[in-house]
Amino acid sequence: EEEKVGEEKPEVLSPEELEKLKEEVDERKKLISTLRGKPWPMRKKLLTLRESHEFVEKYEGALGKGKSRKLYAYKVMMLKKWMKFQRDFENFKTACVPWEMKIKEIESKYVSYLFLLYPCTVLLVLPGCLLFFNLAEKALMGRPYGSMPRKTVPRADEANAMDFAVLWDFGGYAQYSVLFYGYYNSQRAIGWLKFRMPLSYFLVGVGTVAYSYMVVIRTMARNANEDGGGDNNSFNFSWKMFTSWDYLIGNPETADNKFASITTSFKEAILEEQESRKDDNIHLTRFLRVLANFLVLCCLAGSGYLIYFVVRRSQKFALEGLESHSWWERNEVNMVMSLLGMFCPMLFDVISALENYHPRIALQWQLGRIFALFLGNLYTFIIALMDEINLKREEEEVLKLNMTIWEASLYNGTLGANSTAPPITVHPADIPRGPCWETMVGQEFVRLIVSDTMTTYITLLIGDFLRAVLVRFLNYCWCWDLEAGFPSYSEFDVSGNVLGLIFNQGMIWMGAFYAPCLPALNVLRLHVSMYLQCWAVMCCNVPQERVFKASGSNNFYMAMLLVILFLSTLPAIYTIVTIPPSFDCGPFSGKSRMFDVIQETLESDFPAWFGKVFSYASNPGLVLPFLLLMVLAIYYLQSTSKSYKQANLELKKKLQTVSRTINKVLTLIQYLLYSLCGTCTDIVCPPESTPCKGGEHRAHQGKSDHQIPPSATSPPAPRGHRIPGPLPGNQWQPAPSVQRVPNSQRH
Amino acid sequence: MGTTASQLRKDLLSEYQELTFLTKQEIILAHKRFSELLSKEDRNIPTPRVPMEKVLSLPELKSNPFRKRICHVFSTSDMKDGSLTFEDFLDLLSAFSDSATLEIKSHYAFRIFDFDDDGTLDGGDLEKLVNCLTGETDDTRLTTEEMRQLISNILEESDIDKDGTVNLSEFQHVISRSPDFVRSVQM
Repeated sequence: EEEKVGEEKPEVLSPEELEKLKEEVDERKKLISTLRGKPWPMRKKLLTLRESHEFVEKYEGALGKGKSRKLYAYKVMMLKKWMKFQRDFENFKTACVPWEMKIKEIESKYVSYLFLLYPCTVLLVLPGCLLFFNLAEKALMGRPYGSMPRKTVPRADEANAMDFAVLWDFGGYAQYSVLFYGYYNSQRAIGWLKFRMPLSYFLVGVGTVAYSYMVVIRTMARNANEDGGGDNNSFNFSWKMFTSWDYLIGNPETADNKFASITTSFKEAILEEQESRKDDNIHLTRFLRVLANFLVLCCLAGSGYLIYFVVRRSQKFALEGLESHSWWERNEVNMVMSLLGMFCPMLFDVISALENYHPRIALQWQLGRIFALFLGNLYTFIIALMDEINLKREEEEVLKLNMTIWEASLYNGTLGANSTAPPITVHPADIPRGPCWETMVGQEFVRLIVSDTMTTYITLLIGDFLRAVLVRFLNYCWCWDLEAGFPSYSEFDVSGNVLGLIFNQGMIWMGAFYAPCLPALNVLRLHVSMYLQCWAVMCCNVPQERVFKASGSNNFYMAMLLVILFLSTLPAIYTIVTIPPSFDCGPFSGKSRMFDVIQETLESDFPAWFGKVFSYASNPGLVLPFLLLMVLAIYYLQSTSKSYKQANLELKKKLQTVSRTINKVLTLIQYLLYSLCGTCTDIVCPPESTPCKGGEHRAHQGKSDHQIPPSATSPPAPRGHRIPGPLPGNQWQPAPSVQRVPNSQRH
Repeated sequence: MGTTASQLRKDLLSEYQELTFLTKQEIILAHKRFSELLSKEDRNIPTPRVPMEKVLSLPELKSNPFRKRICHVFSTSDMKDGSLTFEDFLDLLSAFSDSATLEIKSHYAFRIFDFDDDGTLDGGDLEKLVNCLTGETDDTRLTTEEMRQLISNILEESDIDKDGTVNLSEFQHVISRSPDFVRSVQM
């Protein structure tokens, strides 16, 4: 690009020239910002960059003439500073990614598994931080101002409040701590900051759920975009060819595995393409599949019933007092759930051998069944929990009745009902406490998660580490080769682990409202898990034989996460909306429904007209048409996208026809040129000079045949074109098996 | 205007930052690793070149079936011997980095797969590509019949204008639809 404004002095410029100059400077700036995306060698990029910088600097000053000069210069400087800031921030962000080096190390040995961990950590850390921050505030403000009774351990429990066994069960001091719902008091405004405890508790709870939804859906949308919407083509073979090599592999063992797996996948794909859809014995296969599904259903029903039975039993134990039972009986529910989660998937694996599906489809069925298992178990657990909640609420009624009697007994009937008396100081620990069902729910969830974590760690240690140790050392004195044969080293099961992460997240979402510290605890647990798994993976596991690309089903896992999010927030929302809160514990105590806090806030803290507006907006007469409008919008967008897809297909067909026509025309022209050149040789061009032919062998031969023999080995290249392919004279012959058609230069 | 013996000049560093997808730390790390590959005499010449064999000894490239092609594509040497200067090395790392765009990655991937450097992927290129991917040992290779079938399937899928070769735009079209590509082409 030549510099249009040469040596002219800036003052001489007319407005149009100024405008043109400005445009050019902008263009140069755009060029600079897109330089890194250009596939040029570095030398060329450097030269262009320096040139453009010079140009911009030289003329930028000139542009700022006149009144707007100062503003323009200022704008330019701010822009520069902003770009520098952005660059530094990018550098900082990459430095901050936790465990980046470790992840790279693992990724070189295994396939990129930890793609999911990153959004998960974001998902978990953020709400964790949010809640943690809020808690800290509450804890700090709550202590001096809060009502003491709900924060102190009742007298009866004081004796064993510090016992480890009790603490492990999250009873005792743990029960009356920040961890659980019951700690927070319900005073409307606390301290000099007028911190609205109940309102903030409610909003934080709802806010974290909304934020989680947003993050998951945004990730899904981004993944869907990357997939590229247009056509529904799945370029199976081409993708296998061009994208199956993972450039992160740096380990020869993994590379060999990868080669083998690529070959198998090619052969499989070819076979699949070739073999006929009809397979023999379709009735037997169908029968076996139905049988397998029936067995799986039986398993699921069985496990659901088992959990229900166990929860019932534990309620009975609780009524009789927990101390009289063994450790197993006290922790039965959690252990049973964890054990089921461990063994049932193996059972499903065995059953699926009956079905004889393609491995990819079998994997999807397996994942679906595990999903159903976990969901079924969780929901049975919740239903059983509901029963307990109802029990506790009945207890509460009884207690409320007794409270009045107890209060009366304090005054010992010395005073009449209407007289005022100096309040008798009672130690907070002596006040009878209502059974707090919300804390009970929180406790159950925390216990569940702790036992789940323990089971995972123990399985990891035994299943992976111990197994590796046994295989390595027993191999010397065993009859068959332990490493290649039966036990061998355990493989790193990507899909199983990802599923585990997702379900863990689901449980957190369920329990977070009643045990506010749960996300923070989970962050801790994830950190420990990460280190443990990293160590296990590097020392005891071998890479999977089929190198499974988890990112291929990126949106599948995200979709599952979304479903789990929805299903886990459902019980919490149900309890918030239907069950009245306990009368003496938690931030909503005393209200008839938990969401009344919003009503209260609207009435007292906001001006009157706001409340009116809000009540109009939440009128069903307004909400229903709005919903209808959204449904219509969805329908409209769907039909537009369908029509775009259609247009895409049409264009593709057109492209094919057009290029075929062009091809034909070009080959025709080539043929004509050759024949022209041939006659030209005879008539116009003497043999010594070779203007018409560019072929080397002509030049070498000098005086030779005047005619281009049709069977010459290399065609003389016509001016400027290079035609790799059979001779023009041969093009009307049937093409060889690998469809080579003489093509003209594309670029 | 190459790099001096041990330190990267600040102005060059900021220019490299602007021209590649690498962060400052990554460029400095790259410089360190590049210097390690240089022999002692080469360290003091203005634009040192690392011969291809040394580059291929890097752990990231060692197990890669396309390592020779990668060196050839990024090399700016007149002798076409695959040797790399530091700037070529940076180009390589930038194209394979996490933040590189799909266009850059697909452009370079296309050039890497184009074994005969003629600007299109024809049957010969595809065959060499498959052989690279299936490893060198005999039991992992495909038979001629399978090879033929595979290549015809690929051309059927990707060759939109049906000229028997896959050109850059067709390649980019196929790749942009692939969910795996951006993640797999990384180092």
